[in-house]
Amino acid sequence: MSDTDSNGGTGWTPDQPMVSIKDVHKSFGELEVLKGISMDIMKGECICIIGPSGSGKSTLIRCVNALNDIQQGSILVEGLEVNDPDLNKLELRKKVGMVFQQYNLFPHKTAIQNIMMAPMHVLKKEKNEVEALARELVKKVRLEGKENSYPGELSGGQQQRVAIARSLAMTPDVMLFDEVTAALDPETVKEVLTTIQDLAEEGMTCILVTHEMGFAREVANHIYFTDRGVIVEHGTPSTFFDEAKDPRTQEFLSQIL
Amino acid sequence: MEFFADYFREMYDNTGWNFVFLYEQYEYDRVLEGMWVSIKLIVASLIFSLVVGFVGAWAQGANSKIVRNVIAGYIQVFRNTPPFVQILFFYFVIGNLLPTYDAGGYQAGYIDSFGWAVISLGFFAGSFNVEIFRSGIEAVPESTCEAAEALGYSRLMSYVHVIFPLAFRVCLPALNNNLVNLLKTTTLAYGIAVPEMMYTANQIWSDNVNVPEMMLFLFFFYVGLVAILVYGMHKWEIKMKIPGYG
Ligand SMILES: Nc1ncnc2c1ncn2[C@@H]1O[C@H](COP(=O)(O)OP(=O)(O)O)[C@@H](O)[C@H]1O
Ligand SMILES: [Mg+2]
Repeated sequence: MSDTDSNGGTGWTPDQPMVSIKDVHKSFGELEVLKGISMDIMKGECICIIGPSGSGKSTLIRCVNALNDIQQGSILVEGLEVNDPDLNKLELRKKVGMVFQQYNLFPHKTAIQNIMMAPMHVLKKEKNEVEALARELVKKVRLEGKENSYPGELSGGQQQRVAIARSLAMTPDVMLFDEVTAALDPETVKEVLTTIQDLAEEGMTCILVTHEMGFAREVANHIYFTDRGVIVEHGTPSTFFDEAKDPRTQEFLSQIL
Repeated sequence: MEFFADYFREMYDNTGWNFVFLYEQYEYDRVLEGMWVSIKLIVASLIFSLVVGFVGAWAQGANSKIVRNVIAGYIQVFRNTPPFVQILFFYFVIGNLLPTYDAGGYQAGYIDSFGWAVISLGFFAGSFNVEIFRSGIEAVPESTCEAAEALGYSRLMSYVHVIFPLAFRVCLPALNNNLVNLLKTTTLAYGIAVPEMMYTANQIWSDNVNVPEMMLFLFFFYVGLVAILVYGMHKWEIKMKIPGYG
């Protein structure tokens, strides 16, 4: 997609952050889960969000594609304001792909059908064109031979790679990954991480919530550590892992590493 | 064929069992016509009730409170009143309220008794289908719907392509029961003179005084139809089974 047609009249240019999160507050009823989060992600960057369970990581990335609404603050995706009652959600979701911890494939469709559905139904693309794209994506996530298997016939790692391909078929500009390896066997974690690393190296903008520290150190451009709804500390992988200053970060890292 | 007819004619002479429609062309044609009307009535009401169920279950999840209340009211009325009363109500009350045209000396409605039977039976069974489909929809995980939403599906599109197909599989057994019920309930159309099998049988036994024979035939006819429906639904269920799921 060229930059001129991807800005959709918002005036966004690639030298501005692709995703710009500013002072985001989010509550579920009385419970304030995000207490003023800000971060900028440039085009082609891969950032990792880490932090203890319940700190609001999932909520934050779900806000980026409007699966959750926010009470205060601003989230701009290529200049498109997500915190806007008149938001065109379809426009947003064409820009943002999301992969979930539990894969959430459509169980009644084969792997290739899962990949082809959204471009055909949502983007109204021709079947032939979509099928060619889907076959390319199957190759990319290394699932040749599994095209006609149903999700229930695939391993967790294979399902997760179908889910990644399904998101990519919508040709998003940003990909969100919410602990996508947390439900997998240790042996299959690697195949999924490799797929994401390939993507990042090809220049896809990625926002990952992950506990895979090795991956974060190697692939991320920037790491954010969150706790109880705030960003406690952030930095490049080397400063983050080797020079963490906040005691909460140090404690978390000592437990997980 | 001659031999077959002779056999039943002789049976009547010797035993008194009068399967008149098996040896007299006129009655034979009447039965055939009655069977055909019954089958058309069943297929049309079945399809209409499924459409009502599909649309109603969708509307039940609407944002508008008014729409949801209308659906809830519809279900209450149609589940809790006798289907025979519903048929008579549609035909005599609603049918009379609608405009008519001059059909050569008398006023006729645009919808005939067959049409009213389909409409009332479809709404009757449809009210159960709405509830059945809803129970299926509740079994579809929220996370699956979210995945569709994240891919840009609108609420309607995800209902059509993701939620309903999954819900449908879950509720097939309950749907099966309701459709068998509907099949049997179509005999009530005889109350508004739809010339289906029940009505035709009644005419034949009035002319020939062979009630037990016609009754026996009706039992066989409906047992046969139900068997075909159940077999078809069973085949469908197998065909729609998802490998490695549920
Ligand atoms: N839909 C919801 N309704 C109410 N509370 C929620 C909801 N989703 C998440 N929460 C709460 O928000 C907090 C943060 O959750 P989450 O973003 O899932 O954390 P994380 O992904 O970092 O583990 C938790 O306390 C969780 O219970
Ligand atoms: Mg989470």
